[in-house]
Amino acid sequence: MEEGKVLSQSVQQSAAAYAIIHDKFGEAVSAFDGNETMPFFEVINTSIWTEIALFMRDNPKLQFNYLACLSGVDYQAEDKVGIVCNFESLGIFNHKLSVKVKCARSGGSIPSIACVWHTANWHEREAYDMFGMSFAGHPDFKRILCPDDWEGYPLLKDYKVQETYHGIKVPY
Amino acid sequence: MQELDIAGMGSIRVTQKSDNVVVLEKDLMTEQMVLAMGPQHPSTHGVLKLECLTDGEVITEAVPFLGYLHRCFEKCCENVDYPGIVPYTDRLDYLTGMNNEFAYAITVEKLLDIEIPRRVEFIRVMVAELNRIASHLVAIGTYGIDLGAFTPFLFCFRDREHIVALLEWASGARMLYNYIWVGGIANDIPADFNKRVKEFVDYFRPKTVELYKLLTENEIFVKRTIGIGIMPADVAINYGWSGPMLRGSGVKWDLRRNDPYSIYPELDFAVPVPDGKDSEIGDCLSRHLVRVLEMEESLKIIEQCIDKMPSSEGFNPRSAVPKRVRPKAGEVYGRAENPRGELGFYIQSDGKSTKPVRCKARSSCFVNLSAMKDLSKGQLLPDLVAIIGSIDIVLGEVDR
Amino acid sequence: MPLLMGNNLNVWSEALTGFYLFGLPIGLVILAAIPLVFIALYSLTYGVYGERKISAFMQDRLGPMEVGKWGILQTIADILKLLQKEDIVPTSADKFLFVVGPGILFVGSFLAFAVLPFSPAFIGANLNVGLFFAIGIVAIEVVGILAAGWGSNNKWSLYGAVRSVAQIVSYEIPAAIALLCGAMMAGTLDMQKITMLQSGTFGFAHFYLFHSPIAWLPFLIYFIASLAEVNRAPFDIPEAESELVAGYFTEYSGMKFAVIFLAEYGSMFMVSAIISIVFLGGWNSPLPNIGSFALNDWTNGPVWGAFWIIMKGFFFIFVQMWLRWTLPRLRVDQLMYLCWKVLTPFAFVSFVLTAIWEIYVP
Repeated sequence: MEEGKVLSQSVQQSAAAYAIIHDKFGEAVSAFDGNETMPFFEVINTSIWTEIALFMRDNPKLQFNYLACLSGVDYQAEDKVGIVCNFESLGIFNHKLSVKVKCARSGGSIPSIACVWHTANWHEREAYDMFGMSFAGHPDFKRILCPDDWEGYPLLKDYKVQETYHGIKVPY
Repeated sequence: MQELDIAGMGSIRVTQKSDNVVVLEKDLMTEQMVLAMGPQHPSTHGVLKLECLTDGEVITEAVPFLGYLHRCFEKCCENVDYPGIVPYTDRLDYLTGMNNEFAYAITVEKLLDIEIPRRVEFIRVMVAELNRIASHLVAIGTYGIDLGAFTPFLFCFRDREHIVALLEWASGARMLYNYIWVGGIANDIPADFNKRVKEFVDYFRPKTVELYKLLTENEIFVKRTIGIGIMPADVAINYGWSGPMLRGSGVKWDLRRNDPYSIYPELDFAVPVPDGKDSEIGDCLSRHLVRVLEMEESLKIIEQCIDKMPSSEGFNPRSAVPKRVRPKAGEVYGRAENPRGELGFYIQSDGKSTKPVRCKARSSCFVNLSAMKDLSKGQLLPDLVAIIGSIDIVLGEVDR
Repeated sequence: MPLLMGNNLNVWSEALTGFYLFGLPIGLVILAAIPLVFIALYSLTYGVYGERKISAFMQDRLGPMEVGKWGILQTIADILKLLQKEDIVPTSADKFLFVVGPGILFVGSFLAFAVLPFSPAFIGANLNVGLFFAIGIVAIEVVGILAAGWGSNNKWSLYGAVRSVAQIVSYEIPAAIALLCGAMMAGTLDMQKITMLQSGTFGFAHFYLFHSPIAWLPFLIYFIASLAEVNRAPFDIPEAESELVAGYFTEYSGMKFAVIFLAEYGSMFMVSAIISIVFLGGWNSPLPNIGSFALNDWTNGPVWGAFWIIMKGFFFIFVQMWLRWTLPRLRVDQLMYLCWKVLTPFAFVSFVLTAIWEIYVP
């Protein structure tokens, strides 16, 4: 957090929520980035991500019951892909927080939080479809938007579209 | 008596009745049938495939298959600059073009440092609410057709024609507007626009009563939708539902009130939540009622916009539109209340380029539809149609 | 023209009855074919055209306007188009059943026209069990529907066919019981006699609908049950367009589709005619004799009779169309509930009450 800067109320609420998570998980989570537009923290130890997610949902002071969006992102410079999750405590505390989880670009895997929020089920399938990371423990792990036998992961920055699909020329 | 297991025929009971009479009995078992509803089907509101496992008329499971309308919105966004993405956002949920553009514009404006002129705000809200009514009319009309009532569909579309004509007058297009730009609007509304909108509001108010009597209070319609597809509130939140779906389950959550944007804090309107008197909370009828009542609230908002709108003296709609949209480095998740739920944009910008690094559209219908598998268990086939109609999906937004 | 002189109709029909060609009763065949052609002509042109225009006006639009003045020739254009269409039979369909289904459907729905009295001097076959024949022969449709649905080799068609069979077979019961009330009031099953017993100088007051204070109940029950018999909304679950694409006739195109459609409109007219005959006086004029204005005498006669029954048939067709475009569709289990738990008990009640009225009230 930047010292000496007056943070808006919503960022302060997010910071307070982060503090509770940091208290429980310590070094497994990164420092809090309190920017105005999307305050977030990153999960360093991705293997306990599902635990952190359960804690965020069930802790009586956090109660992040609403996963607004789970986006896949390609961090090409770091040779990683990751997800950005936007959480909210809908109707209870109304605080928001975002979480980033990264993994290796090829063959990387992130634990699935589909068992914690049902929203994540299809969002994770879409992230896999577009970026290629696998989600360990996902109940229905397959592509969602592209056909099941599509080659490659379209939203990666260095994606080259395949030449033919079932005999149909793809690039136009 | 003994049991034989003959390959391909299941188990057969063999009983010796007498010296030369042997009885073979086989249990009558009904097999489950796989019924593919779609992608071409009158009721799936677009190209959606629902693979249903049915046991007679009862559905044991209905799994949605998406992707038939996937047009790589997010990949296109990375190759087009920020103002150029606006027509793409139109085409997400093509029935609510203005609302999509609104959501996108306020998200990008969070990363820019501009002040939107007040008249622009009022115009944005007015066209967005007009589009909300148009979208709900389609939802209600097509819901009637799904259940066999053909006439409300035409009444709804007749009224929607007036709205679409108004929006065409303002923006130049009937459905895909490219009107709400990042930083302002494309052009000012015509001189008599407010007068005509007021005339429309006065014309439309009694029509909502007529529609209510024709469809919503119709005994057969109520019988078809009450108690069907019930979704409890906490499960709905866990699924990520928003908008009329969530309000139908009894949660009073409207982004225009709970996470306000633009000038909504200054406007006076109610958030309709069913109270369980006419319907069961969380069933299809509740969701339908929320949409019907929301149209009336939108009319109120439009009237207030007309009254409070600053004059057009010396007004330049593009005064705050930057020549080159180059947001500061950072990321933002912005959202707006679309007629179908929460449309969110996650935009990541690197501060140097005029094109976003990542632009993800969090679509309301995508999330609402994900509950289909669990909602449809044990329902009859006609009820499945009723549930899909009440979720009110537009495949453009589901597949992007 | 001799055909307009009512008495000569009898002469003609008797002459035709005796007309044999090569020993075959060609005359009788022509006699049976006349009402078919007659009905086909107007039930198709005016029925389909009427449906499109009526539904259009109810939905705040215009309907067919291009072909002919006010689109009157639209149906002719449609028939011409359908005649020229390629006759597609899906490769995996059961060819025999697929082709024979529409035929049986058509036959089942038109056979009942044979016993409908269109005028005091004109009835196809003057059976003394005419009403019984009319109720029973409609059941042949079920075979046709099942053949069409199964033969299409399409899961959606099968759904529609199975639903339709369940619906038609179930609704025959309250329909038959309600019509039997009418037969009780008349004391005969002969359609021509039922109509003649409702004639009188007071016009509509002689109709069986006003015969007893309970007569409206079988009338209503038969009306609702007949809607289900002809698969019209709100009972059009077998053809539910929004669920089953087109139900049992999804795979049909071209002339076979036209035949099915024709059968549907024909049976619409048939049930309208039956209900007008049994409860509303058939070819009798509803106008009473008021003093010196002998309206009833002026408007009764062989040709007037045909006019009246056709008008009554049209009226009920209009009501059927009105209901179709107003009401949503009932779900399958709600439909069955309505039949077995509502209409059938009420039909029995009306049966008993009509019987009591007939026996004890002079």
